Amino acid sequence: MNEWKGKILAEEINSHIPNSVISSDKESVYVETEKIYEVLKFLKETSGFSFDLLSSVTAVDYIDHFEVVYHLKSLITLSKATIKTKLGFGREDQPQIDSVFSLWKGADFQEREIFDLMGIFFNNHPNLKRILLWDGFPGHPLRKDFVTNSQSIMPIEEQN
Amino acid sequence: MSIKSEPITINLGPQHPSTHGVFRMRVTFDGETIIDVEPIFGYLHRGSEKLAEERTYTQVVTLTDRMDYVSSMLNNQGYILAVEKLSDIKPEPRGVWLRMIASELQRIASHLVAVGFLIQDLGAWGTPLTYAMREREKILQMFEMLCGARITNSYMRPGGVFMDAPQQFWENLSSFIDEFPGAVDELEKLLTSNEIIFSRTKGVAVLTPEQAINASITGPILRSTGVPWDLRKNDPYDYYDKVDFDIPIHNAGDNYSRYLLRVQEMRESLKIVKQCVDFIEPGPVRPHHDEVPFLIRPPKGDCYVAIEGSKGELGFYLVSDGSISPYRWHVRSSSLINLTLLREMLIGTLFGDLFVTFGGIDINMGEVDR
Amino acid sequence: MFEFIYNILDFSFDLVIKDIKFENYILTGLTGVIIAFAVINGVLGGVLALIWGERRLLGRFQQRTGPNRWGPQGILTSTADAVKVMFKEDIVPEEADRYIFNVAPLLLVIPVFIIFSVIPFGISLYAVDINVSALFILAITSISGLSIICAAWASANRIAIFSALRSVAMLISYEIPVGLSLVGILLICESMSVMDIVIYQKIPFIFIQPVAAIVFFLGSLAEINRTPFDLTEAESELAAGYQNDYSGMKWGLFYLGEFAAAIAAATVFSTLFLGGPNGPFLPGIFWLTVKVVAVLFFIIWIRASWPRFRIDQVLNLAWKGLFELTLVNIIVTSIAVIIWTDGESNRLIYIGLANWVFAFPFVILIFKMLKTSNYKNTNKESMTYPIGSDTPKFIKEKIK
Repeated sequence: MNEWKGKILAEEINSHIPNSVISSDKESVYVETEKIYEVLKFLKETSGFSFDLLSSVTAVDYIDHFEVVYHLKSLITLSKATIKTKLGFGREDQPQIDSVFSLWKGADFQEREIFDLMGIFFNNHPNLKRILLWDGFPGHPLRKDFVTNSQSIMPIEEQN
Repeated sequence: MSIKSEPITINLGPQHPSTHGVFRMRVTFDGETIIDVEPIFGYLHRGSEKLAEERTYTQVVTLTDRMDYVSSMLNNQGYILAVEKLSDIKPEPRGVWLRMIASELQRIASHLVAVGFLIQDLGAWGTPLTYAMREREKILQMFEMLCGARITNSYMRPGGVFMDAPQQFWENLSSFIDEFPGAVDELEKLLTSNEIIFSRTKGVAVLTPEQAINASITGPILRSTGVPWDLRKNDPYDYYDKVDFDIPIHNAGDNYSRYLLRVQEMRESLKIVKQCVDFIEPGPVRPHHDEVPFLIRPPKGDCYVAIEGSKGELGFYLVSDGSISPYRWHVRSSSLINLTLLREMLIGTLFGDLFVTFGGIDINMGEVDR
Repeated sequence: MFEFIYNILDFSFDLVIKDIKFENYILTGLTGVIIAFAVINGVLGGVLALIWGERRLLGRFQQRTGPNRWGPQGILTSTADAVKVMFKEDIVPEEADRYIFNVAPLLLVIPVFIIFSVIPFGISLYAVDINVSALFILAITSISGLSIICAAWASANRIAIFSALRSVAMLISYEIPVGLSLVGILLICESMSVMDIVIYQKIPFIFIQPVAAIVFFLGSLAEINRTPFDLTEAESELAAGYQNDYSGMKWGLFYLGEFAAAIAAATVFSTLFLGGPNGPFLPGIFWLTVKVVAVLFFIIWIRASWPRFRIDQVLNLAWKGLFELTLVNIIVTSIAVIIWTDGESNRLIYIGLANWVFAFPFVILIFKMLKTSNYKNTNKESMTYPIGSDTPKFIKEKIK
């Protein structure tokens, strides 16, 4: 299965949708948050790309910003690619991003899980409720500032 | 004058004999026809992804066992492949062959659970289930020889596996390879010659390929709609490109084809095990701890690796910041995403089909909730 | 003093029924109580044996030993079960309707024991001989539907009502084929009394009326809620259905009633179709027991092997399959009865041959009609989804 290199994919996206790519990594492309829906729609529907299977949507909490990562697979061209976007600079309470539910229905439960555990709000999602935790749960656990009381298991070298 | 009737909502609660774990559904009926389904889960959420941020990379292997507790070797394999890709470790050949043997045996065990419990849910009071469990018992005894545990075996380590297999394991394995095709034939004959099973599962809850791919559904469900997509063939990992096997494909997309497909996949997995036993050579099973230390510190970066689990595409996304524990660990769980189309599949069918369809999707609550 | 009481009782009985002495009533009452005691205890003993037998036999079918812990070979398991059930707490839900809730198990158990009053255990060894006892048996079995509805409604539980409605729909649909299947036998014997039917069976009726035997057997399986028709208590769907809210001895009565109903169905089938207590040398009650045990073995064998039907398939089978078979049976039998009238020798053999030749092929025809069509597995790659039909753009540009 072929994997799209970051630089080549960034050039392609930039040539069709200008001013959308921020930078590119070895295997991933960083896209502007406002243009993410357009970019993903372009990647899904153009031939030569046709990414019709959304493998996974997830989010990572780097302390000063969040990152939403999309892993895409294409059954028609047998290739895969990674798209990332950065959002929520300055620790906003609830960063917002467009939902890709209307492109891929498989994003339904995954986006609800990101909302539940990380607190990122998805616009235009038909049913954005908490999915794994109960409705009145205070806070969003996967954030780095949500500290639990559990003891961490320290490896033997670093004890004493 | 017509009789006034109104729909009735029933809560099929978290404790139920056939929901394969703690799963809750609020179903709305009009007579016996289903008009709405709302799945509610999260009763088994243990926060594995947060727990992993406080454990070392090797300790996270124990967390992966407990996610999909019916197919723990496959979870281990996926996670270890992600760690190896992130830290650029070259695995030992004997360790890789042993990994493949363990994974394919685990796939057989997981499919035996799925098919056996289908027939239990259909109402045959346990007779085919005990036949399936008898075969699974042999597999679990072999796992106990390998690593000491039957179900939650943390068998794999970065670069290979934990321990070599004892002599008794190879003898048990060869007798299993001889006896198992008879059992698969028995199970297949049961499914293909019973009128009641035909009439209850054929033509029920049909999916089209476009619907399935749009909803990110992978695994036996996708293959039963006619799409020949298997990550062992299309994106090979370990040594799957060196062994020769087929992937069964059916075109109907209904409940019956999903079950028959799983029985046929067991045969192919046995073929892979046989070839691995022929190819395996003596040698070390994991790299020496001077090359790959016990406390791994992968370089900064992230990677995503997806393997073909027993229920679909099982993906692991690891972000590392150079310390001894992962910065972020996400599991793309196949069971959670396969549930996306539950509502569409069930609307319009009768109550008697609810648990049969639900069992056909073959989910495991440990993986849905993590 | 006693003279006085005797005279008053005599006078009041004479007001009700004339010409029968008062002492005869006491004697009749006493003998009735003793016979009822014997029959009911016999049946209860049979139920205990059946509980052990069924669990043991199911275990052997599933390649494991059944219960073998209490008593030699586990015979005392049913006693252990009964003791456990008696000591459990008896919970009545808050919103339940108390009186109906308490009465519902009794409504299930009592009619089952009433059936045994008209069954002959040997020639002239019976409790009661009514001249319409076949009709009596059919009528009494319908009361169990009432008990299921009472239990479900009184529990105030939606899932219970679901399962009860399914059961009542099934019961009503299967009453008709079961009743009509007996018409063939009644035409041959020209009497509705079970005693006469037993005396008439030189050759058991299962060989003479095969269609009626099949329909009656399937119909009684449906009426006692047994696999493959046990969707009321489909444990994997509704978790015990209408019995959901019962605990303690009330649930024990439901459990007991089900097994007693199985024995009753087997006994009725053996009496009407297998010849009841007929048999050489040994007393009739031995032969009746052997036949009942054989039919029960068959019922348990079916339970261990077949999955259950869905409710719409069950009703289809009753109205489209079994009902038509009974009509065919009645037509063929009535024509045969007119041709070979009573008094001819070997009458039964001719009627039996006529049935096998003309009525039995319809069974095969109907089951072929109700089958689902065959599964064709093409196993080719799908033509509808184009996997790998295109190349990614960066490879296309490299080639250029």
